[in-house]
Amino acid sequence: MSLTVDQPTELMELPIKEIKGRSLWQDAWRRFYQNKAAVTSFFILLLVGIFVIFVPMLAPFGYAETDWNFMQSAPSIENKHYFGTDSLGRDLLVRTAVGGRISLLVGIAGATVAVLVGTVYGATSGYLGGKVDMIMMRFLEILSAFPFMFFVILLVTIFGRNLILIFVAIGLVSWLDVARIVRGQTLSLKSKEFIEAAHVGGVSGFNIILRHIVPNVLGVVVVYASLLVPTMILFESFLSFLGLGVQEPMTSWGALLQEGSQTMQVAPWQILIPSAFLVITLFCFNFIGDGLRDAFDPKDR
Amino acid sequence: MLKLIFRRILEAIPTMFVLITVSFFMMRLAPGSPFTSERSLSPAVLANIEAKYNLNDPMWLQYVNYLKQLALGDFGPSFKYKDYTVNELLSQSFPVSMELGLYAFILALVLGLILGVIAALKQNSWMDYILMAFAMTGVVIPSFVKAPLLVLVFAILLQWLPAGGWNDGAVRNLILPVTALALAYVASIARIMRGSMIEVMNSQYIRTAKSKGLPMRRIVMKHALRPALLPVISYLGPAFVGIITGSIVIETIFGLPGIGQLFVNGALNRDYGVVLSLTILVGVLTIAFNAIVDILYAIIDPKIQY
Repeated sequence: MSLTVDQPTELMELPIKEIKGRSLWQDAWRRFYQNKAAVTSFFILLLVGIFVIFVPMLAPFGYAETDWNFMQSAPSIENKHYFGTDSLGRDLLVRTAVGGRISLLVGIAGATVAVLVGTVYGATSGYLGGKVDMIMMRFLEILSAFPFMFFVILLVTIFGRNLILIFVAIGLVSWLDVARIVRGQTLSLKSKEFIEAAHVGGVSGFNIILRHIVPNVLGVVVVYASLLVPTMILFESFLSFLGLGVQEPMTSWGALLQEGSQTMQVAPWQILIPSAFLVITLFCFNFIGDGLRDAFDPKDR
Repeated sequence: MLKLIFRRILEAIPTMFVLITVSFFMMRLAPGSPFTSERSLSPAVLANIEAKYNLNDPMWLQYVNYLKQLALGDFGPSFKYKDYTVNELLSQSFPVSMELGLYAFILALVLGLILGVIAALKQNSWMDYILMAFAMTGVVIPSFVKAPLLVLVFAILLQWLPAGGWNDGAVRNLILPVTALALAYVASIARIMRGSMIEVMNSQYIRTAKSKGLPMRRIVMKHALRPALLPVISYLGPAFVGIITGSIVIETIFGLPGIGQLFVNGALNRDYGVVLSLTILVGVLTIAFNAIVDILYAIIDPKIQY
């Protein structure tokens, strides 16, 4: 008898542990950390980032500076050109880092533009629905039938080559898929109770989109954005490779590859080094994208 | 069926119209005329040239005239190669690109499908892993890295194949560019095919076929292949665009005289006539190809009602 009475009191005396809820995001991060390929890629990218930012500051050479004593020198420790020099005697270590700055910048900025435009467009289209949705989606379909590389090159031809234009052009042509994904998500969110509650509470359509819809589609968008960055880097490299991207003496990985491909018969390091950087970066972004997708994928739960 | 084809063609027309309109007006919005070059022309000469190319007409009239011209299949003059029309330039370069693209497309499709099916049937074996690692590499490494590396290995170090040039489409000259162009799509198609094949092979009716004692070969050929092809078919549209776009860079690297090369030189020289025409041409081809793919999809997928 006493046992049955005692037990609950004993339990009551135990310090009550607060059960900590795990949010969707914490859950996703935990899963991301367990993905070895993704985490390794993340650290490699971090190293690439550090390399790209600090090497031009610390190196004794400028990216446009010619070292007359060592034209087209192979990588060597003695003359301090650790990655060698190009055909104009410019230090390849510094140029690779400076080119990486441009490539990564275009990748991240382009993806940001694409994600912002796409999210707003998709959320608006999905939330408003009806005729507006139909027209907005039809417009999207028309745009996605364009061969975009040709269109961007047309833009570059007309308005001249400058970095800002490249950012905008690349970003503006890449938001289509983001918009489509966000619209799909919005459609399924729209009928949820909390959106109805906000609506009944008198929140304006604009605020519902901004405060309730957008934060809820963010997970999907993050995954897509991480896959968009390498696509943007490729886009820029493609343009620069054709000589339509950044202009001399400024450089990017695509431009370095282009220069390297001219001289690879006599100086293979000039193409191999930037190739390695570009390929490693692309691989890392892809692994991170895959990791994020697995982490956020609701089907896995 | 006819209704579907008809509807799809009707849908394609406004898209083409928007493409042409946007491209045209963007070009006319450009700062400076195509003739502002390093050599400054006297105003009288400039006026003459502008009159010759009808650049003085009101914008809407230029537009209507351009549309009329296009409808007749005439792309107008090139602004840089003064003695040529765009059509003349195209008649030389289009067959080159066509040949390159066609071979790459066929190679990507055939090899991609075979590799995908093999990987799916031997799922989780060492062969599957090797094929998929190869596919990942093929997808991630861009063509403008692959192509120079292929040249470095096979043309410069081993000296088996020529490093570039067209040579009237000789097989030896085609191998490297076609491989470099197709590799990414071989990889993508293999990945897609593997995924859909695995899904199909796990379905009920395949199990029935297996339990009936049908030989594996027959199951794959008669029952699994057709439904597994559907995702690949919807990928053909993007693959087509990718191969056309990729051929720009491949033609530049290997020095092939195709439309890619023409396009890049046009862009570098700011030859509006050529760039605009090629954008429109490729756009129209893409739209038409997508319509064909949709129709093909409807033919193969029995679930689509029309």
